[in-house]
Amino acid sequence: MTATQISTWTRRHLLDVDELSRAELEAVLDLGVELRGRRAAGELPDSLRGLAVGLAFYEPSTRTRVSFELAARELGGTVTDLSVAGSSVAKGESLIDTLRTLERTGVRMVVLRHPASGAPYLAARSLERAAILNAGDGTHAHPTQALLDALTLREALGSLDGARVVIVGDAAHSRVARSDLHALVRLGASVVLSGPPAWVNPFAGWPGVSVGTDLDAALSGADAVMALRVQRERAAGSGVPSIAEYVARWGLTAERLERACPGAWLMHPGPANEGVEITAELSTDPRSLIGRQVENGVPIRMAVMSLLAAELDRW
Amino acid sequence: MVMDRFGSLTDPPATFALAGVRVIDPSTNTDAVRDLVVADGMIRNGDAPSGIPRIDATGLVAAPGLCDLHTHLRTPGDEGAETITSGTRAAAHGGFTTVCAMPNTDPPLDDALRVRGLLAEAADAAARVRVVAAATRGRAGEQMTDHGALAAAGAIGFSDDGVAVASAAVARQALAYLAPLRLPLVEHAEEPILASGGQMRGGLTATRLGLGGWPASAELAIVERDLALAAETGGWIHFTHLATAAGLEPIRRARTNGVRVTCDVTPHHLAFTDAWVAGDRHFAWENGRDPDSGAAAGLDPALAYDGACRVNPPLPTRDDATALLAAVADGTVDAIATDHAPHPPERKAVPFAEAAPGLIGLETALGIGLTAVAAGRLELSTLLAALSTRPAALIGESRSLAAGSNADLVVFDPQRNWRVERSALASRSANTPLLGMDLPGLVRLTVAAGRITYDAGLIGSE
Repeated sequence: MTATQISTWTRRHLLDVDELSRAELEAVLDLGVELRGRRAAGELPDSLRGLAVGLAFYEPSTRTRVSFELAARELGGTVTDLSVAGSSVAKGESLIDTLRTLERTGVRMVVLRHPASGAPYLAARSLERAAILNAGDGTHAHPTQALLDALTLREALGSLDGARVVIVGDAAHSRVARSDLHALVRLGASVVLSGPPAWVNPFAGWPGVSVGTDLDAALSGADAVMALRVQRERAAGSGVPSIAEYVARWGLTAERLERACPGAWLMHPGPANEGVEITAELSTDPRSLIGRQVENGVPIRMAVMSLLAAELDRW
Repeated sequence: MVMDRFGSLTDPPATFALAGVRVIDPSTNTDAVRDLVVADGMIRNGDAPSGIPRIDATGLVAAPGLCDLHTHLRTPGDEGAETITSGTRAAAHGGFTTVCAMPNTDPPLDDALRVRGLLAEAADAAARVRVVAAATRGRAGEQMTDHGALAAAGAIGFSDDGVAVASAAVARQALAYLAPLRLPLVEHAEEPILASGGQMRGGLTATRLGLGGWPASAELAIVERDLALAAETGGWIHFTHLATAAGLEPIRRARTNGVRVTCDVTPHHLAFTDAWVAGDRHFAWENGRDPDSGAAAGLDPALAYDGACRVNPPLPTRDDATALLAAVADGTVDAIATDHAPHPPERKAVPFAEAAPGLIGLETALGIGLTAVAAGRLELSTLLAALSTRPAALIGESRSLAAGSNADLVVFDPQRNWRVERSALASRSANTPLLGMDLPGLVRLTVAAGRITYDAGLIGSE
């Protein structure tokens, strides 16, 4: 990492990408690219040497948790896994008490996933020294997902300036959608949200974002299309009459893309319900960036953790 | 609060003379600088009798004692959050001489014995305590409480506050039954299914924060329902803590059509906005963050998602707060009531969606109101009427600073600010997003029923 990249970054926590300037966003992405290369070459720095990282996941997670853990270990950090099921959390200990205990045992960086929107903000103002890295809070934010999405798109398109990105699906219940909106708009893209009214209309008025239920119209001229995961249990009774109706009106298929935006890149934050929000054949289509999104997960998390670690002594 | 002194309703009647105080008495349209003499708890004409010390009160304002239609004293059952003593001291500290205790206690105030017990316990409190009894047994919304017996025990209204009376049929029965008793059904207007999942007021800010949106239609649905029921039965419906502009127009219309309808609004629904949940701390009439550019700026980690901003009904949009304040100014709203809702820290220092709803209000209501006055949004006399004479009249209490009246008043210094902080509050709880902020209108003296209930070194020298 270069001195200029570090000097751009003076933050203690990463709670969302909304607080990041364009320069900071670009710095994280650049560092992600650099670390990806050094990882492939087996030349990773030990930026987290001696640092105790705590994983506090209050929700199930596979890919996010694994990529944070790998990122921390490969940069030389030690990882403490607060396994919520078997811990004092199961005994009703409050979030603040749990995190303060982690902090007192020497954990300096807490990777927090929590089902309640805003929990990382409460955590950040309750801890004295440790950094909070938001790994997803409720339906609010998922900053590292947005960073890896931005990196993936920037590399596919060359630049996000003037790009037109369509996000399809349940934005209302998606923390990925919200953080993506912040990051993509800040990097110069315009975003169209498309889906059932209850899932996209609440975003009307969001700067840089337009909302439309007509997917074909939304797709016209798109440079990239991202499908959001449909929570099957959430679909009925909250926005769409049935999964079948959703698939018919908002499912991404090859025919639909061929008609509306044949050259557009395809994305999905995963895990995908193939046959619902996106067909199985599209997931593995040459236009699909889904694999690259996953590949960028570890380097982007390495980038964020290195930047935060470099600042820790200031707090 | 070393200089502060609390008294009680059972203290000897007070005798003092304030020289050169600005007397504002909405009951007589008075706004004049004069001497105010109180002897043996009564307001006197003319000069102070010899021997009474004349206290220089230049620059201070004397107004009728404030009357809160909506107070949670948390007694019985939640005395860790508030007690009769701490709650009425908070009232006296805020200039209130009457508080109406709400019935959502544990157990609820749904029988006459319990109401009598609470009133007896409050006889020597620092403010008059009146009781709004539960409208239905256990506040379950199914079966009316014994309204007659409760009224005889002292209940001045009936409410399932915390929720609306669940069954429209029961609400209709209650309105009909209460009509000859000339007592109101006090309604927390919120349609529960529409409101379920709502953690803050619906809108772009809620979307941005990823919090469940509470739609304005949840309030309007019950307002319209109850107005129809009141029109049919001739009963008196009182809507408490209105939080949307949508309900105002049907209320005005119903009133024109002869429906007996009254309403109150809280200070926080007049002054705070949904942007406060995102960490903004500008009053509704100030130029805060442009709500349309809200999505382009980071949240302040120190203030965003503060559990102190979780309240039901939720903090309004800026437009709604503006409309509600205008409705206080034009008289549509009968009273400003605090919905003082104390909670201990452990119920608030949790993720926003898990925070208990409610914030304290007795000690900050006057200061918030005076801030609106200073901003030119309200006449001082209108504010004081909405906090004192008008709510008092709804519960059959008189308030007057005319000679011959029982002394029931507040004296405050409109030029002097005070900082809202834990150590400055008499309440057992400090759950307010105003912590750390300065409010105008330091209360110097409160006199309830002729007794000094709070004196910040104005009469007594410490």
